[in-house]
Amino acid sequence: MLVDPTIAMWSDRLFQATLVVLLLALVFASLEYAAGRVARAAARQEELAAVGASGATPARPGDDGTAGRATRTRADRHGRIGVSLMILAALTHLGSIVLRGFAAYRWPLGNMYEFTSALCLMAVGAWLVLVRRHPGLRPAGVFVLTPVVLLMFVTGTVLYLDAAPVVPALQSYWIIIHVTTITLASGLLLVPGVASLLFLVKRHGKPASWAAKLPSAESLDRLAYRVTVLAFPLYTFGIITGAVWAEAAWGRFWGWDPKETVAFVAWILYAAYLHARATAGWKNSGAAAWINTAGFATIVFNLFFINMVVAGLHSYAGV
Amino acid sequence: MSSPPTAPPQPPVTTPDGGSPSSRPGPVSRVLALLRNTWRGLTSMRTALVLLFLLALAALPGALLPQRSLNAFLVEDFYRDNPALAPVVEALGGFEVFASPWFAAIYLLLMISLVGCVLPRTAEYLRSVRQPPVMTPRNLARLPHHAEGVSAAPADDELARARDLLRGWRRAERTEDDGARTISAEKGFLRETGNLVFHLSLIGILLGLAAGKMYGYEGDVIVRADGSEFCNSSILGYDSFRAGLRVDGTDLNEFCVRVDRFDGTWLPNGQPSTFGASVGYQTGQDVRDGVPTWRPDEIAVNHPLRTDGDRVYLTGYGYAPEFTVTWPDGQSRTGEIQWRPVDQSGTQLSEGATKFERPGVTDPERRRTSQIAVTGTFAPTGAVDPQGKLVSVHPDLRSPTADVEVLLGDLGIDDGRGQSIFSVDQQKIDDGELRSVATARLGIGDTVRLPDGTVVRFDGVTPWVNLQVGHDPGQTWVLAAAVLMVGGLALSLSVTRRRFWVRVTPAATGDGSRIQLGGLARTDRAGYGEEFDRLTAELLDPTDTKDG
Ligand code: HEM
Repeated sequence: MLVDPTIAMWSDRLFQATLVVLLLALVFASLEYAAGRVARAAARQEELAAVGASGATPARPGDDGTAGRATRTRADRHGRIGVSLMILAALTHLGSIVLRGFAAYRWPLGNMYEFTSALCLMAVGAWLVLVRRHPGLRPAGVFVLTPVVLLMFVTGTVLYLDAAPVVPALQSYWIIIHVTTITLASGLLLVPGVASLLFLVKRHGKPASWAAKLPSAESLDRLAYRVTVLAFPLYTFGIITGAVWAEAAWGRFWGWDPKETVAFVAWILYAAYLHARATAGWKNSGAAAWINTAGFATIVFNLFFINMVVAGLHSYAGV
Repeated sequence: MSSPPTAPPQPPVTTPDGGSPSSRPGPVSRVLALLRNTWRGLTSMRTALVLLFLLALAALPGALLPQRSLNAFLVEDFYRDNPALAPVVEALGGFEVFASPWFAAIYLLLMISLVGCVLPRTAEYLRSVRQPPVMTPRNLARLPHHAEGVSAAPADDELARARDLLRGWRRAERTEDDGARTISAEKGFLRETGNLVFHLSLIGILLGLAAGKMYGYEGDVIVRADGSEFCNSSILGYDSFRAGLRVDGTDLNEFCVRVDRFDGTWLPNGQPSTFGASVGYQTGQDVRDGVPTWRPDEIAVNHPLRTDGDRVYLTGYGYAPEFTVTWPDGQSRTGEIQWRPVDQSGTQLSEGATKFERPGVTDPERRRTSQIAVTGTFAPTGAVDPQGKLVSVHPDLRSPTADVEVLLGDLGIDDGRGQSIFSVDQQKIDDGELRSVATARLGIGDTVRLPDGTVVRFDGVTPWVNLQVGHDPGQTWVLAAAVLMVGGLALSLSVTRRRFWVRVTPAATGDGSRIQLGGLARTDRAGYGEEFDRLTAELLDPTDTKDG
């Protein structure tokens, strides 16, 4: 038998469960973020009162006042629930991907559905690791979850494909090396993309009230840099393994196929980002953040537009 | 460069030829100054950044516009759909972006900028490797990481401990005027090494690519999978050939390939599952030595045959139907030539033209006008659609069927004009020199009788494979450079360049000493704080630490 329909069905169910759990996580992350804003506003009012009364140094926002503390702890609870739900989602998601592999009896990254699904898992995983290391980032989770949930929705609807064997070109151990690293790198790069966008909002946007609770511009910038520095070599490695594979599968290691070309463009943009960030004027003006955002936009463009509209040799992507 | 310059800020360079501002520079020095400024401008980080952007921007049309090198048909479509725009795009090189002068100009400028940036840095790097780490700053408390404490142990002991702890760091010890002793330590040179390796590898990749463009070639040839042979001896053996700039085809690696069998397997829905061709080959050496045997091998997708530094790929397959024409006088001829797949969905529905000349005809005029072409459609697994048309429902040879139209007359093969092997000359049909004399739907073994009594029989089918031969002397170099590049990249992005200073001042009275520590990371990777704290904890007795 080529495909085990029972396992395939369970893989699909886990995917749906993942989407539901992620949605719930998004709700709690939003609650946390919103409550944080309330707490902050309340704290600010108290501050004003305190300053008016005694001229004492203002309390740190949210550190004082019963109203502030109550909302803060509730926000904290929501935040924790959100993170726990993300962990649960990551587990069901992993289950869904692994079962896909067993159902089709192959490496489960053979088409756009599987690829984008895995990309989302990588992004969630990256975020969980980051939050564990830097708990202060947690309230920004809503901004990572939103694009992930959107992507997952598109994956489950537009991109969905039944489990099936892949065409001969994909029957190679290179799929494990090439596609897995590219997925990992792309998923990781979602985080700096979002962080850079938030950096720009923080720096240039009107100080909209919703942006008040964001981490500081500096920490967003640092976050973007740290993750990019990890993901960029991976992406590079992914492209190189793609070239090695192309040499065996398509008869040449580089042929400016649309997917290759856009991967090249994204690579150049990230290289430019690293250079820009090392140039003082570009870093602080936000130019570096713009470049990083453009880099991730290019990756998304490569994934959707090039696969679905342009189509080249990579077009077994199967949509 | 992907990290901030690690050299200390340099004083402004004094120009060697710069006299006092009042003396007017001569024309020579003005030209020199212009050159120098151009060079400096070109090698600045800002220029590199702008060039990087331009390169990214310039590559984009290559993905969005149809490219002739990838698919010439799509370019034709574009011409048809945008008749006004297409010539403009053509003039700008939009259909051959990666061969266009402006694309080359950008990456060459970028390369020059890169070389100009990397070479001075390499020199600077080599110099700083040989220099001892910089002096300990006067005031360590001003550094981002610092700590101090007092110890009951004498200064010598403390220094020995520090030396021990800083094993593996580059160190320099100095004694200051007031008797304080210092250790300057430095680590993370690999960052700079990685950075240089990365940038130099980029140049390596480019050189490798250039070598491929100059000395590489690529050719396609269709070979029937019935023991037919192909030898890589001249361009003429190929159906199509793309030569590198310095390749004239006189110097190909003369190996031979014999295709014994084509094996394909498909899923029930017709999706390909595996493709492979059983082949034998003789290396160039075998051919020169006249070795009679063939080395067996299997060419499959993802598994090319590699011999003589060349690669032979299986890039397509199809079918060659075999027909036998028997004329009323009893003479017969058998013809077998590849037909080409015409169906995009992979059912291998094929079209072609198998051409015959009547044997034994001496009169040239009669010979010319008695030629026969068996044309039409071939389906490996034939079925009939509601309109009565032959379609193929599976790419495998399950029920080979041919809808043939037999043409009789002048095929035009004596005109001296080359013609496609897959079709007849439409002009001859339009001129009435080639007439349709019979149509029939044939299974294997079926025959069709022409009005003059000639019989055409569909004998059977042989698969053919399309072999692509690739030769690229640069590709190993490109791979080596690319691997070095990722290695360098990973090093330069993961290693922190950091400094650590220890100042031990002997106490004015007694044996004790005062220890001051300072640390500085030259790049903004996290993690140095922890390492610094660890070193500090080791060096300072926790009870008397005064942290900063
Ligand atoms: C130089 C050559 C190559 C480059 C630069 C390259 C680049 C990429 C990139 C950037 C992605 C990210 C996902 C996306 O945007 O769709 C990707 C995905 C993928 N690549 Fe490659 N690739 C190369 C060669 C190959 C080869 C030879 C194969 C297989 C025959 C292959 C199979 C895949 C698959 C299966 C995916 C998963 C996502 C999808 O289906 O679109 N790639 N590649």
